[in-house]
Amino acid sequence: MNAFARIRQSLIIALWFMFLTFPVLVVRVNTIEKVVEWRWPNMVYVGIGSFLISFVWRYLLERKAQGGEKEIYPAPATGKPVMQRLMAEPRLYRPFLIALSLFGLAFPFLPFASTYQINIVTNALLYIMLGLGLNIVVGLAGLLHLGYVAFYAVGAYSYALLYYHFGIGFWAALPIGALFAAIFGIILGFPVLRLRGDYLAIVTLGFAEITRLVLENWNGFSFGPSGIAGIPRPGLFGIEMDLHQGTIYIYFLMIALCLFTIFVVNRLQNSRIGRAWVALREDEVACEAMGVDPTMAKLTAFALGSTWAGLAGVIFAAKTTFVNPASFTFLESAMILSIVVLGGMGSIVGVIIGAFILILLPEYLRAFSEYRMLLFGMIMVVMMIFRPQGIIVGIRQIYEFKKTAVKEGSRR
Amino acid sequence: MDYFLELFLGGLTRGSIYALIALGYTMVYGIIELINFAHGEIYMIGAFTALIVSSVLAFAGMSGPSVLFLAASVAIIYSAAYGFTVEKIAYKPLRQAPRLSPLISAIGMSIFLQNYVMLAQTSDFLPFPSLLPELPFLEKYGLRIGSSELIILLTTAVSMVLLMLLIKLTKMGKAMRATAQDRNMAMLVGVDVNRTISYTFIIGSVLAAIGGVLIASHIGRINFYIGFIAGIKAFTAAVLGGIGSIPGAVLGAFILGWTESFATGYVSSDYEDVFAFVLLVLILIVRPSGLLGRSTVQKV
Repeated sequence: MNAFARIRQSLIIALWFMFLTFPVLVVRVNTIEKVVEWRWPNMVYVGIGSFLISFVWRYLLERKAQGGEKEIYPAPATGKPVMQRLMAEPRLYRPFLIALSLFGLAFPFLPFASTYQINIVTNALLYIMLGLGLNIVVGLAGLLHLGYVAFYAVGAYSYALLYYHFGIGFWAALPIGALFAAIFGIILGFPVLRLRGDYLAIVTLGFAEITRLVLENWNGFSFGPSGIAGIPRPGLFGIEMDLHQGTIYIYFLMIALCLFTIFVVNRLQNSRIGRAWVALREDEVACEAMGVDPTMAKLTAFALGSTWAGLAGVIFAAKTTFVNPASFTFLESAMILSIVVLGGMGSIVGVIIGAFILILLPEYLRAFSEYRMLLFGMIMVVMMIFRPQGIIVGIRQIYEFKKTAVKEGSRR
Repeated sequence: MDYFLELFLGGLTRGSIYALIALGYTMVYGIIELINFAHGEIYMIGAFTALIVSSVLAFAGMSGPSVLFLAASVAIIYSAAYGFTVEKIAYKPLRQAPRLSPLISAIGMSIFLQNYVMLAQTSDFLPFPSLLPELPFLEKYGLRIGSSELIILLTTAVSMVLLMLLIKLTKMGKAMRATAQDRNMAMLVGVDVNRTISYTFIIGSVLAAIGGVLIASHIGRINFYIGFIAGIKAFTAAVLGGIGSIPGAVLGAFILGWTESFATGYVSSDYEDVFAFVLLVLILIVRPSGLLGRSTVQKV
């Protein structure tokens, strides 16, 4: 295609988008004062913006078409990306890791780390945990779970209600909340997981809505929209802590739990069940033919993912000392999903980076936080089209077959 | 008995709207096996466009059926344009990708469109002018059926018949049926599959826009979030009837409408949305292929 044809095509696209966005972006009616607000500059922005974006879009699509299948789903053995090679070499990543952990340890005591700053980072750590949990379900097992927040809510409400009725503390509630979430996951997963993946997406979405509606309406059980307040923060052998110290304590707790999560997920990934999940994601029929029970494998993934949501929920309740149904909307699920999608499905490092980008960026760029959800939606579409494997590709364990050793053995 | 009849008619009205949206889901699913999550947003955009057009016309001093006609036409054109564009941007590049990719892309598109409308317009509920005309001859039955309900029923019925004719008789309908049966084979016999898929999205969006204008005018207020819940419910209706089956979607929609209407009438109105989801989970457990759907055996 020559340059003239490209420009003409982009002009047509720009005109099309100017037409498309006209009623919603340009006109705004004020039904109370009965005046119409015309926002013509928006039309110009859309025109220029879509003209430029169409070039980038076309270039990326062409590059993707040229690269073909190989570039989109790189074979593990050939042409490893830079990040992957970096992570395979302990000499290179070790100093970086040490520096990172030192910074992580020192962070709450640095001069600029106010209670607010520590809270934000703790929040990001919480989302890392949620992201890694969802990564088991979406990234490893390939099940699109759109109601993750429901299990998060189960965890949070477990702690809140257990404390309210029985005075059970944080440390006892942590495993109980996780267990409740897992049980809920199994109960929901059992009927649904026999079905095709798309149904799972919509059923989990529906289930999350049911959970939220029940929490909002069943006043006798969950105290309705006003929620439950006065949940205690986690204790440390009964030591009295002020707000700042408490925040630092939760920060370290969160780091420990994140490390625990990373450890477990990493071990799971390379275990028998982890390999079954990945096989299931790639091809369900072939996987079944190899002797993996797909329903059981899916159910384990679902239950384990839910367990992590439950754990995170208990911590969320303890951190904010207050739970109400408004914290558990679909947008929350969408946010966790976009962390996984952006970071890279099946990649632990990717999810961590994704969580930091998506949680910290809107906090520090205040002007931009309004457009956060818009951005999340865009990320999901653009990542799926141009880079479905995420910013960091999950490392596939490669089992090498040492040919020479076997030969010697067989000849003897 | 009167109460029963009232609930029955209410369910019928609800069901008609669900049917209009569910058809879009089921047609798209039939043809490319994708749950078009953004479909609910197309319906919402239809309702918003109608609101904007009718308000501008009303401030300019127009009134009467011409406002309804203009608003509905513009809404239909814009919904169709959005449906077409969404398919081109978010789904077409992913035709050959693994199944999970277009699903996530669809979810992303849905979130994007919701927030686009919210940021460009408002997050509050906007009052929607009642565009549907009053039919005076209904007054003696006034307690039984309102004029807007009757108009909704009639419009839905007419749309269904037109859709049926379109699919059964026209060349485009034939191409759609062929593509739904076997995309590669349809391509081999000379069907322009890309164009057929675009037509499917456009037809689905037109129906959703009709539904959007009708329900917004009936209920009288809209916001950016209406598409989400309506979308899930319409999808439930489509699954209930057997996804991919057009008569199934209509049947499912009416069953869902009645279930909701009777359940809110006789049980509790707090849990209005819960009943639909419970019905969805139940149908998936008992009969995953839906009432009129055929269970397909996956071949390897």
